[in-house]
Amino acid sequence: MANDGAIASVPVLAAERISKTFGEVQVLFSVDMDILPGEVHALVGENGAGKSTFIKILSGFQPPSSGRMLLDGEPVTLPANSTAEALGIILIHQEFNLAEHLTVTESLFLGREIARFGVLDRKVMRAETRRVLDVLGSRIDENALISSLAVADKQMVEIAKAISRDARVIFMDEPTAVLSREEAGVLFDQVRKLKAKGTSFVFVSHKLDEVMEISDRVTVLRDGQWIKTAPTSMLDGEAIAQLMVGRELSSLYPTKHEPDVDEEVVLSVRGLTTGYVQDASFELRKGEVLGFSGLIGSGRSELMEAIAGLRPRLSGEVFLHGEPLVAGDFREANRRGLAYMTKDRKGVGLLLDEGMTTNLTLQSLGQHLTHGYLDPASEAKAMARARRRFDIRVRDDRVRVGRMSGGNQQKLLLAKVMETEPQVIIIDEPTRGIDVGTKQQIYHFIAALAREGRSIIVVSSEMPEVIGLCTRVAVMREGHLVGMLEGEEISEQMIMRYAAGLRRKAAG
Amino acid sequence: MSTNSEIEERAPRRRTWRDVDLRAVAPFAALILLLIIGALVNPNFIGLTNLANVATRSAFIAIIAVGATFVISSGDLDLSVGSMVAFVASLMILFMNSGAIADPSLMLVAAMVLAVVIGGACGLLNGLITTLGRIEPFIATLGTMGIYRGLTTWLSQGGAITLQSSELQALYRPAYFGNVLGVPVPILIILLVTAIAAFVLYRTRYGRHVVAVGSSREVARYSGIAVDRVRTIAFVIQGLCVAVAVLLYVPRLGSTSATTGILWELQAITAVVVGGTALKGGAGRVWGTICGAFILELVGNIMLLSNFISEYLIGAIQGSIIIIAMLVQRSLTRKS
Ligand SMILES: Nc1ncnc2c1ncn2[C@@H]1O[C@H](COP(=O)(O)OP(=O)(O)OP(=O)(O)O)[C@@H](O)[C@H]1O
Ligand SMILES: [Mg+2]
Repeated sequence: MANDGAIASVPVLAAERISKTFGEVQVLFSVDMDILPGEVHALVGENGAGKSTFIKILSGFQPPSSGRMLLDGEPVTLPANSTAEALGIILIHQEFNLAEHLTVTESLFLGREIARFGVLDRKVMRAETRRVLDVLGSRIDENALISSLAVADKQMVEIAKAISRDARVIFMDEPTAVLSREEAGVLFDQVRKLKAKGTSFVFVSHKLDEVMEISDRVTVLRDGQWIKTAPTSMLDGEAIAQLMVGRELSSLYPTKHEPDVDEEVVLSVRGLTTGYVQDASFELRKGEVLGFSGLIGSGRSELMEAIAGLRPRLSGEVFLHGEPLVAGDFREANRRGLAYMTKDRKGVGLLLDEGMTTNLTLQSLGQHLTHGYLDPASEAKAMARARRRFDIRVRDDRVRVGRMSGGNQQKLLLAKVMETEPQVIIIDEPTRGIDVGTKQQIYHFIAALAREGRSIIVVSSEMPEVIGLCTRVAVMREGHLVGMLEGEEISEQMIMRYAAGLRRKAAG
Repeated sequence: MSTNSEIEERAPRRRTWRDVDLRAVAPFAALILLLIIGALVNPNFIGLTNLANVATRSAFIAIIAVGATFVISSGDLDLSVGSMVAFVASLMILFMNSGAIADPSLMLVAAMVLAVVIGGACGLLNGLITTLGRIEPFIATLGTMGIYRGLTTWLSQGGAITLQSSELQALYRPAYFGNVLGVPVPILIILLVTAIAAFVLYRTRYGRHVVAVGSSREVARYSGIAVDRVRTIAFVIQGLCVAVAVLLYVPRLGSTSATTGILWELQAITAVVVGGTALKGGAGRVWGTICGAFILELVGNIMLLSNFISEYLIGAIQGSIIIIAMLVQRSLTRKS
């Protein structure tokens, strides 16, 4: 195994020939990995490759079916149920693991509360929480309830929780999937700081530029098999992508297709105001892909949910194909061909306890009725079609959706929304947690939808995505629509300028 | 995708015993176990007459529990069903006693329709209080439980309400005591109600919506499901099931009192939980519920036929059953 960087040091944690089987389905095949002191080791692979499962095993959340682990060169069996944290091994889950009814401070100190004379010392704990959050540059209120936080903020709390402990190895499963680049940057600064003190990191991500930026070594998994471990300096994004998918990838983004200026306006929003979003106005034409960029918390999702009728509006109007859309009536919007795909797939997107088909057809059951009752054969057909179209990969057809890999859940969610055959589609974070190969498919899919004459709004924190996909980009900042970029103007610098408040102009 | 075929090859599509959902099978296994125990305790037990009797007696709880399966699947709870039985039954008998319609057959039909309408209305009230009023179903139906019970006590002035016309009584009797091709009518009604309920829950859009709302209200809302309407309709279905139970109850004794149906809500909920429906909502199991109701009645019957446990302990045993059922359910969930 390549060990160039730090030849002499003993790995903090090493895995030898780890295999894992769920029921009769094997998901890991004799995988090796070693983690050196003070390194950032990236773990990459396609959706369902087994990354999450592997690091859950390495951090003691799940036992391996076979194989062994070495801690400081000594064989160990990690104690079950997360007590590995006492050994300094910490996992930040891909799925959030926070109790919803606790406050931020309480969840940070869960299980290691500070007490004085047997009484909880809330003041000290609150102050410490504030300090950690400040270090992370996060404005989350330390007294806020977890249930009231946005997805990105929950992720920040998870990260704060990990770095506030004395950790030797921190496993991070797609920590930046819901973060904007700035927030990711803050996180990486902390990673570098802790790394200098000797903490090791295992970093799972589908964002290959981040992998290039932060990691020292990369391990690639494909279909549960170890493919390669190499120093990052010897690879580039392209090479990693190829190792992941096992074939060459053509261009990530499809060619843009600009709608004619005289195309019909399908969606028009005028002066829309919600609690946070102020006076937002814009138009969407037939066949257009309109991007919405901005920092996390800039009000993009709130605006979209208000348009779709999932949130009340205080004032303003929305017209769909020229007809006004009643406020707060999502079902009506659905019926008239407007669909909204949430970015919170676990919380509001999918029924985690149900199977794939139930989820897929939930929003479009009307298509599967014969004489008023559901036709399982027709649903099964839709499922087979969706699996082909969106490349949903599961090793067991009857798996509960909650057990599917994150990326495959995302594909299922997209498939579910597309089943309603919408004309106007608002997609919030289309590729959250999706591997490069599938990303490319989804981008081409979106472009194809636009060519068919459907109109798409893409809300995304991934700037390259917005730039590569959209013919116009709206930028939001603190609840205001501050800019509308077109053509040549669409560039990372310009978007950042608007998003950071250095420029603004009346929205077109 | 190129790799897709590989994965499919690796995934065996064979069905094995592992695929069987233990939670769905557990109640039926328990039923078989009880039948064996019963046969050992008393050879008369396993006779067809005795079992038919047990099934007939479980009819009220079974039918009410079918409705409760909808309410519980959709994530709610209805505590008022026992009082509702008493309330609907008293109104039905009072109507028949009023002599408003001269022709007995016509009167009977009208009374039955009335019972169904009142049952549905009671359910609708429960549903509207919980959804429009945004009150926890536990509290809302605790309130209506008191209301329905109180109204019954007031109507009956603390005593009993008895069907006076012997002609009507004779006409109505077969609804509980009659047979069709040797099968007691109540058993047929159980099967009919359950079959319809299973069809609604598993094969209609509404049934799917119930499951979705019960698993996650937010996901249901984001999927364009009218959550409040789905929940309210579940309460109405519960009310209709109560009415059907009343239709069987009235001909049995021809009378009702302020104590009719006391603790039936507990038995109905027990039947649902024993049947494998999760109390937190989600997938409902209608046939499991029937099995659960039958188990409850069977346990009582075994205790009666055996000489070593006092039948006065029936309540305690039924209470234990719900706790055991919950424990079994949880351990099975964890394993799968
Ligand atoms: N508890 C479980 N029971 C059954 N199958 C499981 C379980 N956990 C994971 N799997 C299966 O193991 C495979 C690997 O999943 P895993 O979550 O490790 O993938 P991943 O590499 O993290 O993917 P992603 O990039 O999409 O997050 C998937 O096919 C998944 O369905
Ligand atoms: Mg994962």
